[in-house]
Formats: sequence, structure tokens, C-alpha cells
Amino acid sequence: MDFGVFDLGLVDFQEAWQFQRKLFTDLKTGSSASTLILCQHHPVITLGRLTDKKNILASEQELKNKGIQVHRIERGGDVTYHGPGQFMAYPVFNLNHFKKDINWFLRQLEEVVIHFLSDFGIKAARYNGLTGVWVNRQKISSIGIAIKNWITFHGLSLNIKKDDLNNFNLIRPCGMDIEMTSLETILGREFEISKLKENFIEKFRIQYTTTEGSP
Amino acid sequence: MAKVFLPELGEGIQKATVSYWYFKEGERVNAKDDLVELATDKATFNLPSPCPGTLLEIFFREGDTVNVGEVLAIIE
Repeated sequence: MDFGVFDLGLVDFQEAWQFQRKLFTDLKTGSSASTLILCQHHPVITLGRLTDKKNILASEQELKNKGIQVHRIERGGDVTYHGPGQFMAYPVFNLNHFKKDINWFLRQLEEVVIHFLSDFGIKAARYNGLTGVWVNRQKISSIGIAIKNWITFHGLSLNIKKDDLNNFNLIRPCGMDIEMTSLETILGREFEISKLKENFIEKFRIQYTTTEGSP
Repeated sequence: MAKVFLPELGEGIQKATVSYWYFKEGERVNAKDDLVELATDKATFNLPSPCPGTLLEIFFREGDTVNVGEVLAIIE
């Protein structure tokens, strides 16, 4: 099953969230097809359904001073940070047309990132029970999704720029004591996010349109 | 009367945690209304109401763990 692509560029978290909801409704009523949304966010902390608020380490004042908004949302997972140095991918997919299996969908997301990174010679891995993608036991990609009527929203973030990683110190990412890494940190050179998108979309397409489970 | 079961969510997923009830016991629901949200490790999942009626009884509260196949609630 194929899907459309929307690139929103650098937007507020809420704008992308509202856009996902609109697409979700359109998809539910049959007036649009499955769509992959790509974007970057202004600095924001989001709390999933299973979040313990203690996992935000910074004070409200500190977050305010840094201009970082906090949103509680309906995705799975704990707390995370998003900023302009990350690549966000929100697949609003109707799994009735792919495969009605939450684990399958999550593992496919991880595979997209693993294949994307392997083009740079990076060997990334996933660990059982720890959804996300890891390089040398540091996390490079976080995943949190929501599913309604077997339609998915929310998705994954992939750390590209190294400057943005400092803001992870404001939280305990995913409620765990883990270190984050980025494409720039691993390879020691700079990347422009806009130039990476085509390859990322291609990996998404390969993973979701040609793998087992796709009709 | 209709029982609301936790359906198969995917290979290897045997249970989920109730994260949010959209209705209280005694309230009217329409078919396909979002009834309850459940969470697995990195995903939340909404169960719609299977039919119109009254949400008669809830067997698992927010924070409780439910196994696939167990009855979450009864709608009459």
C-alpha cells in the first residue's frame, strides 16, 4: 500500500499535531489516503500517556526561560524532547490497508531508521523491550505512537544535529537514564536536514510497501 | 448486551494497561465512539464501542493491566 508525503518544514509541535488530527479524520472518512508527515519542531517537551512528571528534571521557570513548551499527548511512551535538530516523521497510516499489528508497525519504524543510518556506514540496533533505535548503546531515534480505528498517528524522531542534544539534559528521556546521540555526533561532520529527507522517504516507502504484511 | 474484549493487538502483545476511559459507568455511548484507551510499551490504542447502549459495568480501571481476550466492560 502506497502513501502520500507532506513536508511541513520547521513548525510548532501543535501545528503538526493538529495537521495529524485533520488527516486522521480525512482518512477515517475515506477522503484521504495514508500520509507520511515530515517536519522539524521548535523546542518542545512532550509527555506520553505513561509519563511520570518527575522525569522532567528542569523547573517550570527554566523551561520558560528557554522558551520550551510542554505538551501532554495521547501517544504511548514517557517524556521526550524535540527540537530543530531532529527529523520528525509522523505516519498517519490506515493499518487496515497494511497490517493490523502494533508490534509490526513499531518494528517497521525501527527498520526505516536502521536502513537510513546504514547508508552512512552506521550500524544501528534495536533492543527487545526498548522500542527505539540505538547506536553503541546510545539512543538516536525515539518512537511513540497512538492508534485509533487502526489508524496511526504520532511517530518517530531521529537526532541529526549535535547542538540539540543538550536539551535532553532537561529530562530523563523515556523515563530512563540513557545517553542520546545524533548523526553529527557519530560521524563528526555537519548535515543539512533538508538534504536527507528524500533518502528517508525512500526508506519509508521500501519498508512499508514491499515488506510482508503489505497487501 | 455486548461484552467489550481486548482484541489481538499484534504478535507478542499479550496485555495492555488501561490508560483512559472516555465514559463513566451509566453513561450512554454510540456505536464506534472511542470507549477506552489502552497503552502498551510505546503505543496507545483506542477501542471503539461495539454498539450503542449504556456503559453498564467497567471491570478494569485506569492503571489496571488487561490480558488479550479479557472482558473490559459490558454495554447494554
